[in-house]
Amino acid sequence: MEASTLSATDTPTQSMTGADIVVHCLNEEQVKFVFGYPGGAVLHIYDALYKQNGFKHILVRHEQAAVHAADAYARATGDVGVALVTSGPGATNAVTGIATAYMDSVPIVVISGQVPVPAIGMDAFQEVDMVGVTRPCVKHNFLVKHVKDIAPTIKKAFYIAKTGRPGPVVVDIPKDITAHVADFIYPKTVEMRSYTPILKGHSGQIKKAVKLLLNAKRPMIYTGGGLVLGNGAAELVKLAKALNFPVTNTLMGLGGYPATDPQFVGMLGMHGTYEANMAMQHCDVLLAVGARFDDRVIGNPKHFTGQKRTIIHLDVDPSSISKRVKVDVPIVGDVQSVLADMNEILAQEENQTTDCAQWWQQIQEWRGVKSLDYQYSDSVIKPQYVIEKLWEVTKGDAYVTSDVGQHQMWAAQYYKFDKPRRWINSGGLGTMGVGLPYAMGCQFADKNAQVACVTGEGSIQMNIQELSTCAQYGLPIKVILLNNRYLGMVRQWQEFFYENRYSESYMDSLPDFVKLAESYGHVGMRITNPADVEGALKEAFDRKDKFVFMDFLTDQKENVFPMVENGKGLSEMVLSPMAANRMKGEQ
Amino acid sequence: MRHIISLLMENEAGALSRVAGLFSARGYNIESLTVAATEDATLSRMTIVTTGSDDVIEQIIKQLNKLIDVVKVLDLNDGKHIERELMLVKVKATGVFKDEMKRMSDIFRGRIIDVADNSYTIELTGSCSKLDAFLEAIDRSAILETVRTGASGIGRGDRILKV
Ligand SMILES: Cc1cc2nc3c(=O)[nH]c(=O)nc-3n(C[C@H](O)[C@H](O)[C@H](O)COP(=O)(O)OP(=O)(O)OC[C@H]3O[C@@H](n4cnc5c(N)ncnc54)[C@H](O)[C@@H]3O)c2cc1C
Ligand SMILES: Cc1ncc(C[n+]2csc(CCOP(=O)(O)OP(=O)(O)O)c2C)c(N)n1
Ligand SMILES: [Mg+2]
Repeated sequence: MEASTLSATDTPTQSMTGADIVVHCLNEEQVKFVFGYPGGAVLHIYDALYKQNGFKHILVRHEQAAVHAADAYARATGDVGVALVTSGPGATNAVTGIATAYMDSVPIVVISGQVPVPAIGMDAFQEVDMVGVTRPCVKHNFLVKHVKDIAPTIKKAFYIAKTGRPGPVVVDIPKDITAHVADFIYPKTVEMRSYTPILKGHSGQIKKAVKLLLNAKRPMIYTGGGLVLGNGAAELVKLAKALNFPVTNTLMGLGGYPATDPQFVGMLGMHGTYEANMAMQHCDVLLAVGARFDDRVIGNPKHFTGQKRTIIHLDVDPSSISKRVKVDVPIVGDVQSVLADMNEILAQEENQTTDCAQWWQQIQEWRGVKSLDYQYSDSVIKPQYVIEKLWEVTKGDAYVTSDVGQHQMWAAQYYKFDKPRRWINSGGLGTMGVGLPYAMGCQFADKNAQVACVTGEGSIQMNIQELSTCAQYGLPIKVILLNNRYLGMVRQWQEFFYENRYSESYMDSLPDFVKLAESYGHVGMRITNPADVEGALKEAFDRKDKFVFMDFLTDQKENVFPMVENGKGLSEMVLSPMAANRMKGEQ
Repeated sequence: MRHIISLLMENEAGALSRVAGLFSARGYNIESLTVAATEDATLSRMTIVTTGSDDVIEQIIKQLNKLIDVVKVLDLNDGKHIERELMLVKVKATGVFKDEMKRMSDIFRGRIIDVADNSYTIELTGSCSKLDAFLEAIDRSAILETVRTGASGIGRGDRILKV
């Protein structure tokens, strides 16, 4: 039996070099952008791409940024993102990007150059075992050893990357085989006996789930990145509306349910809203959709499971189900397909009404705590205020990328995402430095869109070199730097858990970001007065063709609230001083 | 609990390292792991002996299935099965040990496959616990060297792992 079948196109074959085959494959996949950086092992491929105009190559300034940009392109469009790097250092530079995409299940294909086949294992110049290095952080990887294998391997790589639970696939191609010649035959379809993702959910389980939902008294819908990745948002909205259930999103799932809808109770988890966490903890029937019960979401698992509730878990990856929390009704399948089935079954039910008026009343009470309220100041800029204004100025319609830290949490909490694929951040790996390359990927994905990169002065310096790429391609990104002169998230933990010993979390010798931006030909702005925040944002977004770097000097000691501290249960949040006072007042 | 997991995977370069890497990356135990091509040269069959709670075993099976090269996974413990391991033991065969080793080998249905001036090499197959029992039964000081293959397992009767 054949291990896999790849059915070929009928088009007459053409003899060409391996490098040309790579380029032809990418064009067959209708790739529009390849983010990359050249080097010895991929010179044949760079020569081949010079001679074509199917896709555009984007020259970044660091391979890590190439992979992040490809990753963001994939998140923003749903198409597979593509990066191309050379062997050795080019390949290892790409690894952080690959691991970042892996943790958030993003479909990308990374093509890396490798030393010639006879040199493999000889400690050759710029040799690194890329398949070995990336094995733990890819969905799959390949080392191609023969020119005739290039096309079928690339076909499989795209197929694996985008089907089932998406993820990064690395294709490592030795230099010599990109010079060898073979007939170009691009397979039309792939079938692999060892890889058959389940898309259709089990109908019995789905029926059981619908029954449970209809009988719930304290229902909750908790959706994650999978709903966004699987384009299931429309079906979910339909279901939630029909049932009138509250909905929460994980950090990765924001935009999966419209944040301005009254049924949305906000993000849940470590920095989730009071109402989302309380409802998650106290619900009696939980519908989890494309979410993986992460430790930053459920807090202490013992505390979480200490409360009885029936859990329905829909996920395309069986290994996500009952991994951290035992579930009662597992449904393996694709979000879109399963939710559509649920909606259909629900529509056939005689009695579709649910009775959760009391539950909603309880939720309104929790909402009354106003856990996201913060103390506005007219002397120092509050970071939350900047995000609120960013939302207003961009009419809630921007692609917002972020780096990692406090600014990331504020962006997630205060920008109300109404659409999926608009919030682009690193949740699973938490990679500082993604923000700017992510913004590049979004701007390439949608060249007329408003793209805002919310970042910190620590994070932005991890890929600051990309200011140059942005200049080269004229990307009108707006950088929203919440400059607190601290590695704020680290500082917050040190304040809470290390008695204010701010060990190495203050950053000295920051550059003058305005001048730095200007040196690349960008517009730089520094905003120090709260009264200027809105005007500055308007001015920046009005400059539709310019990259604007906005350096907001913000309150240095602001903290992110609410917070579920490590080891604590979801309902044991530390609230902001304002919200805590309000709670006390009411008691 | 101890589980014997059988799997079929594409006979591709690096396939073994994907399985071994999975176990070390996720902190799963491996008691033994054996692998060889099957009668169908495109497939390798692996037998992994591991220990873990039911939850851990469930995750192991799921994670193995998730590997792109893995075609089928079977937890042999889910039904009746047979397990066999091969051991070669080199023992002292001088003085009192000479008869003693022959006798013990016979009792355990072993075979002496090499005879040298001062030593025997005994071949023994059986379940892992039988091999353990043999090593327990003979005088420790007589053991010069042991080598074991790790367990291979197969389902009984109609339980067949095939694509
Ligand atoms: C500083 C910091 C703070 C954080 N704080 C929080 C916090 O307060 N709250 C929070 O939620 N997170 C927080 N995170 C993020 C957290 O670490 C996790 O990344 C996140 O919670 C995981 O989101 P998820 O459960 O939606 O899973 P994802 O990682 O998005 O996984 C998606 C799931 O969906 C499945 N899936 C994919 N495609 C499909 C499909 N088509 N059909 C069905 N299923 C599919 C996958 O198999 C997977 O199980 C924080 C991260 C950082 C860096
Ligand atoms: C590459 C990397 N290194 C270290 C960390 C740990 N870390 C998480 S948040 C953070 C501070 C980020 O500082 P900044 O970018 O200024 O954002 P702020 O928290 O101040 O908003 C650090 C160091 C990380 N997430 N990623
Ligand atoms: Mg900072």
